[in-house]
Amino acid sequence: MAARRLIPLALALGVASVLFLTLGARGSWSFVLGYRGQKLAALLIVGAAIAVSTVIFQTISGNRILTPSIMGFDALFVLLQTGLVFSLGGFGLAALSAEARFGLELLLLLAAALLLFGTLLGGRRQDIHRMILTGIIFGVMFRSVASFLQRMIDPNEFAVVQSASFARFTTIPTELLAISGVLCVAALAAAWAMRHRLDVLALGRDAAVSLGLPHRATVLAALTLTAVLVSVSTALVGPVTFFGLLVAALAHRITGDHRHAVLMPAAALLAGLVLVAGQTLVERVLDLSTTLSVVVEFAGGIVFLLLILREPKR
Amino acid sequence: MIEIEGVSHSLSGVPILRDIDLTIPKGGVTALIGPNGAGKSTLLSLMARLERVQTGRIRFDGLDVTQTPTGQLARVLAILRQETRIATRLTLRDLVSFGRYPHHKGRPGAADRAAVDEAIATFGLEPLAGRQIDTLSGGQRQRAFVAMTFAQGTDYLLLDEPLNNLDMSHARALMLRLGEVARTHGRTVVIVVHEINYAAAHADRIVAMKDGRVVRNGPPGDTLTGAALTDLFDTPIDVTEIHGRPVSLHYA
Repeated sequence: MAARRLIPLALALGVASVLFLTLGARGSWSFVLGYRGQKLAALLIVGAAIAVSTVIFQTISGNRILTPSIMGFDALFVLLQTGLVFSLGGFGLAALSAEARFGLELLLLLAAALLLFGTLLGGRRQDIHRMILTGIIFGVMFRSVASFLQRMIDPNEFAVVQSASFARFTTIPTELLAISGVLCVAALAAAWAMRHRLDVLALGRDAAVSLGLPHRATVLAALTLTAVLVSVSTALVGPVTFFGLLVAALAHRITGDHRHAVLMPAAALLAGLVLVAGQTLVERVLDLSTTLSVVVEFAGGIVFLLLILREPKR
Repeated sequence: MIEIEGVSHSLSGVPILRDIDLTIPKGGVTALIGPNGAGKSTLLSLMARLERVQTGRIRFDGLDVTQTPTGQLARVLAILRQETRIATRLTLRDLVSFGRYPHHKGRPGAADRAAVDEAIATFGLEPLAGRQIDTLSGGQRQRAFVAMTFAQGTDYLLLDEPLNNLDMSHARALMLRLGEVARTHGRTVVIVVHEINYAAAHADRIVAMKDGRVVRNGPPGDTLTGAALTDLFDTPIDVTEIHGRPVSLHYA
């Protein structure tokens, strides 16, 4: 039973969380636990969001190489953030609460993602080369337009978007924690409710239609969940390109199961474990001499190369 | 009964099907034959709602494929397409189990498991049931997909070239099983076949297509004559009779 393999993962995540909360703590426990607890919650939310969005996206696109980040989802989110600062200006944004701003960005991302990727994924032929090329073109375009806009705005406004453009796990904007948590839990619950439909979707369009799955509606629903989860994680820690790929590939390898009921929790637990254990190491053992994002991207990048090199054998 | 009325279809301006009118009675094996590009696979895809019907209508037992909810149609008809690639890692039993999805929506019961066992046994796949799909040979995988389609338990089975990759023993076994299923379970099998002699030996009815039109429709004895096949494939074909069945001699 593959579901049993989730138990050691959950235990390891529990141990890592306790270590993260307590290791090297000095002074008032209530302050330490409150402060670190918020960071822990953020890491768990981000891990689950990235992991589950990647697993779902790979199911929709019918391959194990593409992830939302590789297709430029989070670059799109950064572009939208920059675009908002550019069009509304620093004052306009200051008038909005963090939640309202986040909600606006999320809505824009949803619309843009459904528009750009809905047509690409809904069709009957899903050509992997075309998808990768499209992703690269979109990603580069979104990033360059965002950096172009960042050069045009004034330095004070630039400071607002700068932190959003790089992955960071050490300083997480805690004011977004509540709304991110709610959105993430809602999206995860929806993904869990879809788990059987996602299993069928993974068989490909023709088989899914023959089995009576409303293909287009299911793809769009799954794409919506992906966009929500990506905006949650990008708002909290910025764009992380290869992390989702890493945990999704590990989840497939460890469970050896095709069922999303096993894959999604496994990937989420793994992502939480890597982030919490990694951040504990970086903060307590390495004294912040490196950043977690660098290590995670390095490992994820290697997995990406391995997957690409192994792919033609099938 | 399958009723196809006035169905035309074109892809980027190129006509693939031209005004097809065809009625396929309930029960038995109907073989779709014809040269490459005749529109056989497109017709099958339209019947199975894999492509949107552009003009005309297609009904199964009175259910219009464009208006009936797809989940309901999945309990009436099942299709197996030519190219079948699957990205996930599945065992053969997992794959066949998916055939029951239209009935249990993810929560299989005892009846579903029994149907899966029956499908695996019907196509002689018991020794392979625990194997991963990607470790199977092309022919074994093809049989696994046929078993999945069969497990769906629908009255109508649409199979697009299921004999691909099968050796002669498995091809014959598959045709015999399909005939048996059609006759004893009262199911309707519509099958695209390239090897004319399998159609001659196992089909109850032949539908010949050419250039997007149905050119012949009837029992094998009437439709599989030398003149008809020569005309259909634009190549000289002799047909002789062996053990009371037409046999096409197109190898030399």
